[in-house]
Amino acid sequence: MIELIDLHKSFGGNHVLRGVNLKVEKGEGMVVIGGSGSGKSVLIKHIIGTLKPDRGSVFIEGVDIAKLADHELYEVRKRFGMLFQGAALFDSMKVWENVAFALMRHGKLKEKDAKEIAVEKLRMVGLVGVENLMPSELSGGMKKRVGLARAIAHSPEMLLYDEPTTGLDPIMADAINDLIIEMKQRLSVTSVAITHDMHSAYKIADRIAMLYKGEIIEVGTPDAIKNTDNAIVRQFITGSAIGPIKIEGVTV
Amino acid sequence: MSVSVKNRLRKLTLTRKTDTEFMFGFIEFIGRIISKFWYTFMLFTEELGRIILLVCSTMKQIISPPAEFKNTSKQMVEIGIKSMPVVLITAVFTGMVLALQSYTGFKRFNAEFLVGTVVALSVTRELGPVLTGLIVAGRAGASMAAELGTMRVTEQIDALETLATNPVKYLIVPRFIAGVIVLPSLTVVADIIGIVGGYFVTVVLLGANSALYWRRTWDYLEMDDIYNGLIKSCFFGGAIAIISCYKGFYTEGGAEGVGKATTGAVVLSSMTILISDYFLSAWLFK
Repeated sequence: MIELIDLHKSFGGNHVLRGVNLKVEKGEGMVVIGGSGSGKSVLIKHIIGTLKPDRGSVFIEGVDIAKLADHELYEVRKRFGMLFQGAALFDSMKVWENVAFALMRHGKLKEKDAKEIAVEKLRMVGLVGVENLMPSELSGGMKKRVGLARAIAHSPEMLLYDEPTTGLDPIMADAINDLIIEMKQRLSVTSVAITHDMHSAYKIADRIAMLYKGEIIEVGTPDAIKNTDNAIVRQFITGSAIGPIKIEGVTV
Repeated sequence: MSVSVKNRLRKLTLTRKTDTEFMFGFIEFIGRIISKFWYTFMLFTEELGRIILLVCSTMKQIISPPAEFKNTSKQMVEIGIKSMPVVLITAVFTGMVLALQSYTGFKRFNAEFLVGTVVALSVTRELGPVLTGLIVAGRAGASMAAELGTMRVTEQIDALETLATNPVKYLIVPRFIAGVIVLPSLTVVADIIGIVGGYFVTVVLLGANSALYWRRTWDYLEMDDIYNGLIKSCFFGGAIAIISCYKGFYTEGGAEGVGKATTGAVVLSSMTILISDYFLSAWLFK
């Protein structure tokens, strides 16, 4: 279970998170939606502990990771897998070395065994025969799949997705959505995704939370969010330029 | 009161007013300079503080297991073997030009026999470590900053963190150890090649006595000259690695940021080598 309580974070004078409260149950698929600059990426970085809050707590299975020392935090991170927006593959390594990175480093597996597992994980995300390629030889969609294979390689309990469908064509984006659903069902993981792609959010979420001006302003099932009375959420999910959300630097 | 006196007084008043304005302007100007200087000083201390923290973190990660043998050996090849050709060319021509200039200069007061000594002392104490350091800063330092900078802006360093891997241990420690080991090794090669280059010009091209050249070289060259030169190069190797990794590790602002980090790494490494060289020499060669 992941629980964020009264999370605050500022960068200089920019108060990005202003008291975020969010609870993600074990095995649940939570999608956090919000506009650009609303603090979604900052939020997900707090969940995995790469950022520490100025105030508040981040509970992972009952442990407040904001209070952990670095070496304890690295142990907690072994329970996570994360898919980055741009896949963030290590471009000096082959595809299989990317996927097997955590296995060889923490699982202490031999190269041959780790490669076997990597090939199996790549097959799970629909990639066959790419293990010896370099990341620069892959398309955007293939990179995302390799990123997903790397995220699930060490059998994590929790998966985090940072804008999983951004930058992909609609068909590839839907294929990634299907993979996310499949991972959740097959691996029974708790997952948190951040996105502003509503089609993706409705498809992969058990519950959706809307982050606006550093606070969670609404949480609900996809159907509840679709039928919300909240004007801010309504404007966001319908993608209207007119409404209470003002575009920064633009007068409408 | 006569009209002329009144005019004089008015002029004086006006002048005084202008003086006051000038004074305020001057004070404002001084204030701006102090404020700019203070801002630059604060930036400098902030950067210095971050470098010191990175050094402390690197030292802590060096002693904590597991050892990064594979990465370190990869970096040793990257910094050492790949820098070798340019180090060899620089060293041989530096030795040659040093011999040529010394020979023609010393000939004026019949001291050509000292050319071997001058070449050996200059190369081992000064030119070997410093030129090798500058070459490695330009080649390997730039490469380190660009690689880490690209990893930062493409979230690869964040990915390392999420894969429960300390990026300082995985990326910086191997480069630091490689720098500290490889630079003295390259310097030894540069010392030998520089002296051989000097020999070639003095003996083969200018016709000096070969036995005398070597005798004068060994008579005045002490092991401390070589050791102290190598101590300097150890320091330069560590400094290049830390500075270049620091610049790359804290890159911001996409492709432009990577470019700035790379330039900054080369400039700061080179300045550090040249400035610290004086203080290290003053300390080591008393």
